[in-house]
Amino acid sequence: MRQLLRLTALAGAGLLLAACDRSHQGQARQGQAPTAHAPAASSTLAHAAAANTRFVPPPLSAIPDTPFGKEVALGHRIFTETGTYASAYVGNRLSCENCHIDAGRLANAAPMWAAYPAFPAYRSKNGHVNTFGERMQGCFRFSMNGKAPPLGSPVLVALESYAYWMSQGAPEGASLPGRGYPKLPKPAMAPDYARGEQVFKSHCALCHGADGQGQQVAGRTVFPPLWGPHSFNWGAGMHKVNTAAGFIKANMPLGRGNTLTDQDAWDVAYFMDAHERPQDPRFNGSIPATRAKYHHSAQSLYGTVVNGKLLGQGTSAH
Amino acid sequence: MNAPRLLAFAAGWALTASALAGTQPDGASIARLGNGHGVAPCAACHNANGSGQAAAGFPRLAGLPAAYLLKQLDDFASGARRNATMQPVASGLSPAERKLMADYYSTLPVPAPAAPAAPMDAASKALAETLSTQGRWSKGLPACSQCHGPGGVGVGDHFPPLAGQSAVYIANQLHAWQHGTRHNDPLHLMKTVASKLDAADIAAISAWYASQPATGKGGASP
Repeated sequence: MRQLLRLTALAGAGLLLAACDRSHQGQARQGQAPTAHAPAASSTLAHAAAANTRFVPPPLSAIPDTPFGKEVALGHRIFTETGTYASAYVGNRLSCENCHIDAGRLANAAPMWAAYPAFPAYRSKNGHVNTFGERMQGCFRFSMNGKAPPLGSPVLVALESYAYWMSQGAPEGASLPGRGYPKLPKPAMAPDYARGEQVFKSHCALCHGADGQGQQVAGRTVFPPLWGPHSFNWGAGMHKVNTAAGFIKANMPLGRGNTLTDQDAWDVAYFMDAHERPQDPRFNGSIPATRAKYHHSAQSLYGTVVNGKLLGQGTSAH
Repeated sequence: MNAPRLLAFAAGWALTASALAGTQPDGASIARLGNGHGVAPCAACHNANGSGQAAAGFPRLAGLPAAYLLKQLDDFASGARRNATMQPVASGLSPAERKLMADYYSTLPVPAPAAPAAPMDAASKALAETLSTQGRWSKGLPACSQCHGPGGVGVGDHFPPLAGQSAVYIANQLHAWQHGTRHNDPLHLMKTVASKLDAADIAAISAWYASQPATGKGGASP
């Protein structure tokens, strides 16, 4: 059945070849490798189709009215209103869908249909093979600045059901086009705080506020805070400038992805990530030592000095 | 308070009020009477309580964000937003009067709808609910609620409430953005989303938001 579904998906994908996403082509025009990570040597028709098309997840209306479907639907609710449905594990004002747009369905916004089939996998972040459940624990600990739900806990079972349901028919073990965020080519000029601040003021502050703290209505986050005590912490993937630049380029301003230049995306990502945020939960008592152990990367500003301020001191939630 | 004292108090209050009105016109009097320099009373179209006239497509102003209202008035005055009725009104108001009116309408309570919303068929309702809460990301279309807030209550200074707004007005604006006849939206956000809607989408969204309960301006908090 799984094979049949896969073939069906590929056949459908083939029909979509002509309608291949414009942003994808745009990136190719800029001389950037496509987001597919399939083996380059592969030349089968199936791989060619997979490399040029996007997996299309089933619509939410297709969630079955079964005990399993109820779990999937709960996972969707947790995904979109994480602070409400998984409050015990959330320490900020974000939801999964703030970084995984369209409730985890949008290509180039770290879609769940591409993440689920890619696990278990080795991660250099923690140096061992992670299950999908453990990968999601990391999201709660870092991006949600909260606590990891125990493996097998209702929250993780629901989220895993949602991701599994969404990825049915997607090839397993392959890195699908649209997975994660696009990897931007190195910018012509090193990312710069002052230029990034200008981009922020002209393109981001309208929604996220001049202070970057986002906007809430009736206790619900409409525009997420980008730094400060209610945002993701220093251990989250989005704190790395290249990750944020790829996300921003493909997805921001919301609904107008791929309208910023690469340079603007790099600059504004740097600006966002050069602000203080909650401490890395792996903090070992020393900023330099924590940087050496967990942030030894040019893409992390943790433990560096920007605009005369040492970053990585953390913010306390209130 | 005896009768003569009451009369004296009332007379004194009336004098003070008229003196104030003479030096500093207030929003309520401009809304009711015009500004005395040729600008017609706002209430003629938007009603005394700021409810607008839904069927005619005159929008509700009561409870909308002051910054949003001021931007629209300024844009009408400068021509950045075109409307044959509003252009002479806005340019006939001084900048200070525009600010006064924006502040005035933003503080008015949201009136109850004058008439029950038109019933929607199930398919249109389902379409509107999907577009408002999920969008249509396969076409790059965000959900309305992602900027205008849950239920369209409005968010902050730049994203006005849609709930309880005139369906005719909402539809007119979406068509205007689509055709490029309205183009004063920040970052072209509305132009972008309107270009991804078809006529059925617009009809469904407009009717659905008009039927949603308006709870006052979406007070954004940090």
